[in-house]
Formats: sequence, C-alpha cells, structure tokens
Amino acid sequence: MARLHEYQGKQLLREAGLDTPKGRVVHSPDEVDEVVRETGLPVVVKAQAWTTSRAKQGAIAFADTAEEAREHVKRMLAMKIAGFDITDVLVEEKVDIAREFYAGVIIDDAKKTPLVIFSSIGGSGIEEIAQRNPKNVSRTPVDIRFGLPLYDARDAVRLTGVSGKLQGELGKVLVRLYSVARKWEARSAEINPLVLKGDGTLVACDSRITVDDYAVFRHPELNIEIAREFGRPPTELDRIAWAVEKDDYRGTFYFIEMARGYNRGEGYLGFHGAGGGGSMMSMDALVKRGYKIANFTDTSGNPPASKVYRAAKIILSQPNIDGYFGSGSGVASQEQFHSARGLVKAFWEENLSIPAVIRLGGNQEDRAVHILTEYTKDLPVPVEGYKKDDTADFCAERMHALIEDNKGRSGKREMPVPAAPEFDAKDPYTFDTPTGTIVYDHALCRDCKTKICIETCVPQILREENDVVVLNISRDEAKAGKCTECLACEVECRVGGNAGGRVILPVPGLDEYRQTAASNQE
Amino acid sequence: MSILVDETKKVIVQGITGREGMARTKLMQRYGTRVVAGCTPGKGGQEVLGVPVYDTIREAIEQSEGIDVSVIFVPAPLVKHAAMESIAAGIKLLVIVPDRVPIYDVLEIAATARDKGARFVGPNTLGLLSPGKAVFGMMGGSAASAKDWFLPGRVGVSSRSGGITSSIAYYLSRAGVGLSTIVHAGGDAIVGMDHPAIMEEFEADPETDAVVMFGEIGSSQEERVADLIETGKFTKPLVAYIGGKGAQSGTRFSHAGAIIEGGRGTHEGKVKRLREVGATVVDNFGDIPDAMKSLVRPMETAKIRIDK
Repeated sequence: MARLHEYQGKQLLREAGLDTPKGRVVHSPDEVDEVVRETGLPVVVKAQAWTTSRAKQGAIAFADTAEEAREHVKRMLAMKIAGFDITDVLVEEKVDIAREFYAGVIIDDAKKTPLVIFSSIGGSGIEEIAQRNPKNVSRTPVDIRFGLPLYDARDAVRLTGVSGKLQGELGKVLVRLYSVARKWEARSAEINPLVLKGDGTLVACDSRITVDDYAVFRHPELNIEIAREFGRPPTELDRIAWAVEKDDYRGTFYFIEMARGYNRGEGYLGFHGAGGGGSMMSMDALVKRGYKIANFTDTSGNPPASKVYRAAKIILSQPNIDGYFGSGSGVASQEQFHSARGLVKAFWEENLSIPAVIRLGGNQEDRAVHILTEYTKDLPVPVEGYKKDDTADFCAERMHALIEDNKGRSGKREMPVPAAPEFDAKDPYTFDTPTGTIVYDHALCRDCKTKICIETCVPQILREENDVVVLNISRDEAKAGKCTECLACEVECRVGGNAGGRVILPVPGLDEYRQTAASNQE
Repeated sequence: MSILVDETKKVIVQGITGREGMARTKLMQRYGTRVVAGCTPGKGGQEVLGVPVYDTIREAIEQSEGIDVSVIFVPAPLVKHAAMESIAAGIKLLVIVPDRVPIYDVLEIAATARDKGARFVGPNTLGLLSPGKAVFGMMGGSAASAKDWFLPGRVGVSSRSGGITSSIAYYLSRAGVGLSTIVHAGGDAIVGMDHPAIMEEFEADPETDAVVMFGEIGSSQEERVADLIETGKFTKPLVAYIGGKGAQSGTRFSHAGAIIEGGRGTHEGKVKRLREVGATVVDNFGDIPDAMKSLVRPMETAKIRIDK
C-alpha cells in the first residue's frame, strides 16, 4: 500500500526530528499495560485505518486507566472499518492541547511543484476550516531543486497571522515535513493536528502520508506490500492478483476488489477493462445502466494471453457476480486476439454460467471476436464479442439483456476447485514457459490431422516430428521468453486440432481462496 | 497547419536500440516523421532502421545540424536523466512515452524545462499525431492503422487517456470530421503539457476550428480550461466528455491521474464548471461526433484517405 498508516508516518516524522506523542502500536490487549507504563495515563487509543473521521466511528477513544485502554483495544481489534478488519491499534499519551495547526505537503498539478500548505487553525474538518477562514491558510510552492528554505517556511506561517517565537518554530516544522515528503517521495504528507502543547512545544498528533506508487521501488525499507492506492488494506484476492502482476512485466494487470458481501441478483458485475480511460468510460456505461462494479481490472499495454487468462480466473473467483463485462477504449493498438484466447481458456475451465459481453475493438478485432464467440458456443450462457464500431453504451445494453435472459438460471454459480482442471496426458511432452508449463499429450497429438498449433503459434516455436508436435527451439529459450504464452497450443488446438495441448498457468492461492469462498457460501 | 507536430520537425529517439524504441521508430518513419537520429549511451556508431545512433544528445545535435524534438522510450527509472540531457542540450520539445515515471522526477524535469524554455508531452503518453503529416510517439500502434483510423481536417483532439485518444479520433474521422492534431496529454497526475497548455496551442493554430477534450476525474486540468474560456484565452468551440462518473473517490483506476484529492477534480465539479463557461459537455461518449458536427460550420472534412 502506498498509503502509510498513522504510526508508520509518525516514525518517518520522528526520524526527521519532529516530535510525536509517546506510544506505540499493539496487536492485542495484553500489550497495553507495558505501553501505558512508558506513556503514563491518560492515553488515546487509535485504530489504524485509512479513513477520515475515525473519531465518529468510535475508532479513536480516550482512556484514564489501563483497564479502560485494554477494553478499547479489544473493542477496536474486533472492529471492521469500511469492511476491513483492524489489526493495528496505536496507544499514545494523551497530549494536552493549547492550540491546533495544520501542515501539509501536496503536489500542485497546475504549477508542477510541491506545495506546502499551512493553516493556523487545525483539527478535523480541515477542508471546511480552510474554506471558512482563507486568511488563516497559506500555500507556498517549493522549487524542487532547492527545497524549502526556512525563510519561505517562516513566511508561510507569517501569512496566516502567527508571529513571534512560535512563527520560527512552526517554520522549522514545515521544513522538516517537506524534507520527509521529499525524501520518501510522498504524493501527500500531512500533520493534522499539529499541536502546540501547554509547555510551548509542538507535537505531530496525527499523520497521513501517501508515497508515490511509482517511487516505491526506490524505498524498499518502507516494506510497502502493494504499491497501489487502495484506500484500505488489500483483500486476499487483491494479494493473489498482485502476486501475478509483480512477477510479470509484460503489459499491465491491475486488480482491485471494489465490493464485498453482496449476493447474486444484486447487479454486481465482474469488470475487465483495457486502458484506464476506456475502462472508466465503460464502467460509467454500466453504472448508468444501474449495475455495480464488483472489481476493477485492467489488462493493457499489450499483455500476453496468459496474463489476461489469469485476470479472468481471478475475476471469476468472485462467486456472486451476475455477469462478466470486458471493455476498454474500443480502438486498442494492441493485437486483440491474444486477449480473446486468454478469456476463452478461462471461460472453458469455468464452464461459464454467467453471461459475458466483451468489446475487443482495435487491431485484429475480427480475428479476436471470432475466437471469443465461435470457440465458446458450447458454453451454457452466451458470450458476445464486439468491435470498435460498437459503443460501450451499446455493450452495456447487451449485458443487461443477457443478464435478464439469464435470470431463470439457478442462483448459485459453481466455481471449479482446483480452478484449472487436471490434465492427464498418456504420453506427455512438456516444456516450461516464462510463467507456466505446456503439456502436450502426444497420444492425442499423433491422431491430429491439422497440427494447427504450429501455424497459429505467434512466436513460431513449434514443429512436427514423427507425427507429433515438438519445440523447434531449446527448452531454455522457451522458458526465457521465446514462448510468449499466446495459448495457441491449447485454444486453437482444442478447436481446430485434437485437444492434445494444455497450458498450465498457476495462480498461487486461488484454489485455497475458492475453497474458503465456497464454504462461506454454505 | 497543426500544433507541435509536423513532417518538417527533426526528431531524435532516445532509447532507439530497445524493443519499444525500435518498433515505434518504424511506425514514425513509415508514417512520415523525420527521424534523423537515435541516442543510446554506449551504442554510438550503430544504425537502427537506417537511423544513426549516438552516445550523447549533444553529439547527435552536432551531427544532425539541429534537432527539434526528442521522443523518449527508456525505462521509467532512467527517464529523468534522458529528459534532462535533451533539455540541457537545447531541445525544446520532448515526448516522454514511458509510464510509471516517479512524480518527483517529473517535477524536476518540469522545473528544468521551465528554466530552459522547453516543453514536454507526457509522461505516460501515446504521443501526438497530425493526420497525413507526422506522429511523435506510438499513436495508432502501427503506421497502417494510424493511416486507416485518423483522417486530416480542422478539429483538434486533446485527451488524458491513450486508448480514448485513438477512439475519439477514430469516431470523429469515421463521422467525416477530420483532425488537425491529436494529442494524448498523458495519463499521469503530473504531465508536462496538460489540457490548458494544449488548448492555448489550438487557439493559436489558424487551421484548427474546434477542439474535443477527453477529461477525467482528478487534477485541475479541466477546471483550468474553463478558466481559459472564461477569460477569453480560449475562444474556439469545445466539446468535452469527462470520464469517471462511476468511480469512487480515492480509487485510481490505473491512471494515477484519476484520483479525487481534497474535493478537487470531481466529475460533477468539472462538468458544471465547463458548462458554466459555455463548453458543450456530452454525457454519452458516443455523442461526441454529432455534438461536434452541430457546433462547427460545414468544415472541410477529410475526403481522401491517406495512401496506405
């Protein structure tokens, strides 16, 4: 997560020389007594969650005794915020507040500079406070090459009406906050409230820091699990998807679960887009039609068929979606038949029982739509494919029509476990691909008249030898990337050959996930 | 005429020896772009597709007697270095194709470009294309589809999404509305030439009569275009579509740019602001061609397909 928890952000602030309240994170009520011995009483107990207005949700509470603190910790660890379990609770000394300020660093997209924002009135609801009291808020652009000089920082504070020694002290806080933002490449770094204590010292009582997803690779010490902004901890399915993406740099695969706990028939759809803008527009078309998005997925940037396949398998691990909708910009530069093959393999394995509408417009769209629709004719539900002259709105209409037609079918959708069926080859010939294994059953291959896999293989790495199909490159070359996982040897073979080829593309954790999901359904 | 891109501009490709650099150089050459040089440190002296490769940008400029544009195809972590080299050598327009360039790197490029009077499109851009003239970047995927999909005329396109840039340009061309220049401003939160900067270019171009803009939630670009209209700095008819109505606040949907931060950049806010100043904002993406046709006097639209 590129968004840091409060306690993680405070750690970075402390390293930069800023004061934060005494305290630390606990994971069970048993740890509370020890913390309280360090901090003294009273304490504040704060559930660690990426949400605003925690106080209103009971996720922040004060305690005068260790007993009370333990109770709050226990209660919070049982809480869900926005559907997600709380696993970390921060226990800190309660700070005696004389005055509250706000300090933040964001990126100004118009000026293309970091922007330091300071408000001499802080606290919750800072957006409204800033609107009501414009004179108490200053905005100071920073020249990224020179950093924030103390004189600019003091002036930022001066502009909000603060003078004297405090002005200089606040200026120093801003300089340090900027250095934290710059060092860790934060999209935003905020301290709110920044508290002036009765004894005249300044302490950062809360922190919100979001690190630039694209810069996470430069900061391994942050231990960021998934370099993407979710606004919540990753779900199990998010993690499974990220594991696929992080090891495969060919094209992009982006997956976020957007809804949970819904039932069949409520209009949640598995969404599989291609390209950010086209995906958004396509989701808008569905939302306009009254549907809800169960997940957001994007495979684009010319991904291999194997990646599209894995994306589809993960999307189809959501048991209660009512349909599968794929649509991007409609005029894609990438060759679309790769995506079609990936989808077809996934739909076959699932014996797809929810309708699917896929817009495959762009390069090679005729071939793509042919593969998608002709090869899936025997599935229990219709799979429709569309091209660049069909709009997203039209496709959303088709999705709606197919879902209506499908309503008579039984409510529960069977998800196969294992997700990919076993392939029992009598006379196996196998070789590894960059992310999986290809198995030929030469017993079947021998009886195949077409050997269609040879001509449809995109990288052209197969040849016929003694009536069966073998590699015409070395196994090492295939594994190193000569095999592009175009899936011809399974998909084209099953339709135009003798079904003797199988591509095994593991998705770690998916079978376990499906098992759990199925038992939760019982 | 066109904005920023035409067949007379001399182009260098940074990262020309890489897989992407090579493939897109071929696209640019076949479309009519004047690619005069390539740059890959350590590979000077080679030739790629008949284009001489140099070790440094200054060397390439000396040997080519000036270069107007650099199109960058190096891995994201190396983009800053490559861009700085071009700017320092005096190149005034950069097209930064890669995505996942760290934001603080983009800010450094922006600060240096500002000092040197240079501009850049991207990062995370397909580039820009003027139908029948030239393309900088990778718009269209291949020269054949670019020639097939995009027809010349007098309407400009500016978009924050790559795929959508192609879609809009294709749907307009198909509807008989030809295009002066198609610009993919880039999908990231911070880009060099954003919608307002591109609108100012279109305003100054005598051969652009009207503009289509594809906006998205997040950032203040569309609001600032509305400011330009309000203050009389952009006066041509504008048809806009804002994507991301169904998007939840805080979710990025692949485009880092499409994030709603601090109440700015909402779908409703952008639509309202653009309508206030008289722009035509369509609710359905498919309505863009008709909305454009109803706004512009019968214009010279494309009648002849470009030779494939």
